[in-house]
Order: sequence, then structure tokens, then C-alpha cells
Amino acid sequence: MPHVAFTSQLQRFTETPEIDTSAATLREALAAAFEANPRLRHYVLDEQGHLRQHVVIFIGGRRVVDRIGLSDALAAQDRVYVLQALTGG
Amino acid sequence: MADRAWVATRKGLIELRRRAGAWAVERASFVGDPVSMLLPPDASGRMFAALNLGHFGVKLHASDDAGASWREVAAPAFGPQPEGAPGPAWKVSMVWALERQGDAVYAGTLPGALFRSTDAAQTWQLDEVLWNRPERPTWSGGGYDTPGIHSISPLADGTVLVGVSCAGAWITRDAGASWAQTAHGMRAEYMPPEQAFDPDVQDPHAIARCAAQPDVLWCQHHNGIFRSTNGGARWEELHAPLSSFGFAVAAHPADPRTAWFVPAVKDQCRVPVARALAVNRTRDGGASFETLRAGLPQLDCYDLVYRHGLAVDEEGVGLMMGSTTGGVWASDDAGDHWTALPARLPPVYAVRFG
Repeated sequence: MPHVAFTSQLQRFTETPEIDTSAATLREALAAAFEANPRLRHYVLDEQGHLRQHVVIFIGGRRVVDRIGLSDALAAQDRVYVLQALTGG
Repeated sequence: MADRAWVATRKGLIELRRRAGAWAVERASFVGDPVSMLLPPDASGRMFAALNLGHFGVKLHASDDAGASWREVAAPAFGPQPEGAPGPAWKVSMVWALERQGDAVYAGTLPGALFRSTDAAQTWQLDEVLWNRPERPTWSGGGYDTPGIHSISPLADGTVLVGVSCAGAWITRDAGASWAQTAHGMRAEYMPPEQAFDPDVQDPHAIARCAAQPDVLWCQHHNGIFRSTNGGARWEELHAPLSSFGFAVAAHPADPRTAWFVPAVKDQCRVPVARALAVNRTRDGGASFETLRAGLPQLDCYDLVYRHGLAVDEEGVGLMMGSTTGGVWASDDAGDHWTALPARLPPVYAVRFG
């Protein structure tokens, strides 16, 4: 079952639940996390639902590809890390 | 004279207090986080601070006790962007201006949109009439990749004037039912000569209104200083000593002939003229200016006062300015003499009394 974790930097602003999810895509996995803490959504995604420019997500060691549709597929053993990108300073 | 001021900086919101004639840091909030703009407390103590988190986006916080405690509230945000919509992405990248009129709070953003809240920022409404103006996709950025609204001047009668970098100034006199360009008379040196007076290309760096005589407006523009005595219907160019380039302007709240500006060399060299910090003050409607330097650094000074970095208090006597290199200076005599705050602050985005 994929596991989703968020950078501890986010804990300054809001709660960051770690979840195990049966989601098949990144979009579904994030939705499950946002269900646990709705405020988290706007820290990770912008108002168009796209991944924020300076947030990066790794799925099983691979950098996320679809930053707009969040359609990257998840495998059962994947660990998903939501991190702040160094491009943001 | 004001005894409290707020400084929004690259690394937090700093509250200053004036005690026994001296300003000092009272409190720091949001330490480490960029605070792009603030709205000082109203009579009840309610205030707002806009954060621009480098990774996690634009956030808005409210306080009901004049900054002692804060809670996150809704930040201005666009609705879904229609397929193929022209212009910049419908994503708020910064809150550049915050003002209030009555129970309404206004926010100006990058990209150039005006938002309004009447429920203390529980929800925001985009001014769709301005956003949907056919000219809006042609607006250009000034200092940022997208155009932005940095000045908002609302009146009780439903008039709202906004300054846009770079799209001149826009005004509604019917509470947003219609908007019209109102930068006629401004002159743009950076455009081809035949377009120099096109109001839609003007880059007002900041626009300030005389509270007692609201038809009087002052503008520090990208390449000049302008004044209007008819609510923005027509602007006249003024000529200040040292340089007419700068970002900040403060309008005297009662005297429509008095305003302050902080000159810098020019757009390609954003430092004080001769690296000596100075303030230009006019007391005759811009016919003449005095250059004020007492107490300001006059050697090896690189401090630039940005567009929201100069404030005047409600009496028109107290002044404060903060710079992009973290200097803060205050005056108790309308700019004749200045005293440096005994602190080294982060780069200053905005200074406000209240």
C-alpha cells in the first residue's frame, strides 16, 4: 500500500498526516491526505489544482512527472515524499 | 503623533513602538517568512498580514488583538482558469496591496487582480469586471513577470482607484459595476515615442491620495512624478530635484499641497543619488521641492525605499521609511530631521502606522 509523507518544514504551518492509502494515482493519494487535513491542500497545490512551482514530489525515488494533472501512477510499495524544492530558495 | 508602526519584511512582521520619543522593536511575528503586505489594526484590533511563502504559496493571517495572536484565514484566490484564457495564469503569486473601506477589505495581487472581502477574509470575491476588461491580457509586468495591483484607494462613495504596474490607473465610481482607465497625462519614457502618453502602458510605482481632499492624488511613476487634482481624471507631471525616479510616495492627510518622495538614481541604478539618502518634500503642490537629509546616511548608502516603504501618520507630522537593505528611519517633524531605528532589519517591503 503506498505511503505518503510530507516535509517536516510544513509542520510550521499546518498538520501533515502520514497516511497509507490504496490510491492508484498521486492525485488520489494527495486527496486522501487532504481529507485528513483540508488546509494542507493549498500548501501543496495552487488554486488551479496544480503542484506548486516550488514543491517537489518523489514517488518510489522518481521525481513526479505530471505536475498539472497529478496522474503519476502509484505501485503498492511506493513511498511518496512531498518536499520543498530547492528552486524555492 | 502615532506611537505604533508596522514593518513588513522579507523575514517577518515587525511591530515598532514609540516610547519617550524613541522608536524600538516591540514584537516580531512570522519570523523567517516573507510578509508582503499588512493592514494595520482597526478600532477593534483586527489586522491582516499577507505571507508569500517561497514554497507553499500566498497565505493570509488575521489577528483580533493587534498582532498578539494570529490565525490563518482565506487568501485571495482565483476560480478555475478557463481553457485558453489569455494572459497570465490564474494563480495568485503575491498579495501586493491591502486596504479597507468600512467593512470591506481589498487586496491587490500579482497577477493584476482586485479582490474584496466583506466577511473578514473568510471569503474573497474577485472583481470580475476589472479582471474581464478586454485590455487586461495586454497588461505587462513591472519588476515582476506578471502585472500587479500595488495601490488601492477606496472611498466611501463607491469610488475605488487602483494603480497597476504596468497598466496605468483604473477607477470605478460605481462600486465596481464599471471600470475606466484614469492615467491620462502620465508619460512613459520606456515606450516608443508615439506611445509615451498611452495610459494603458504607464507604470505608476505607487499612488497616494490626500485623505482630506480626495480629488488630490500623487503618483511616483517609473520615470516621473505626477499629481492629479481631479480624482485622477488628468495627471500633471512635476519635476523634483536629484531625480524623479523612485518608488515611494506619501500624501499629507490634510494638506493637499504636501507630499514626500524618496528619489533614486534611475531604473538601471536603483541606489540613492550620490549614495546619499534623501527625501524630497513639496509643500506647494509640486511647484517646488525641498531635499531633506538631516539624520539620513550620506556616505556609501545603497538603501532603496520600495513603493510601500514610506508612511505618514494621520497628523501629517510623523514619517517612517524602511529600505531594501533593512534600514528604518523615523521623523517627528514632517521629514526635517530623521532618526535611525536602532536595529538591523531584513529587507523592508512595507511600512505602515496604525
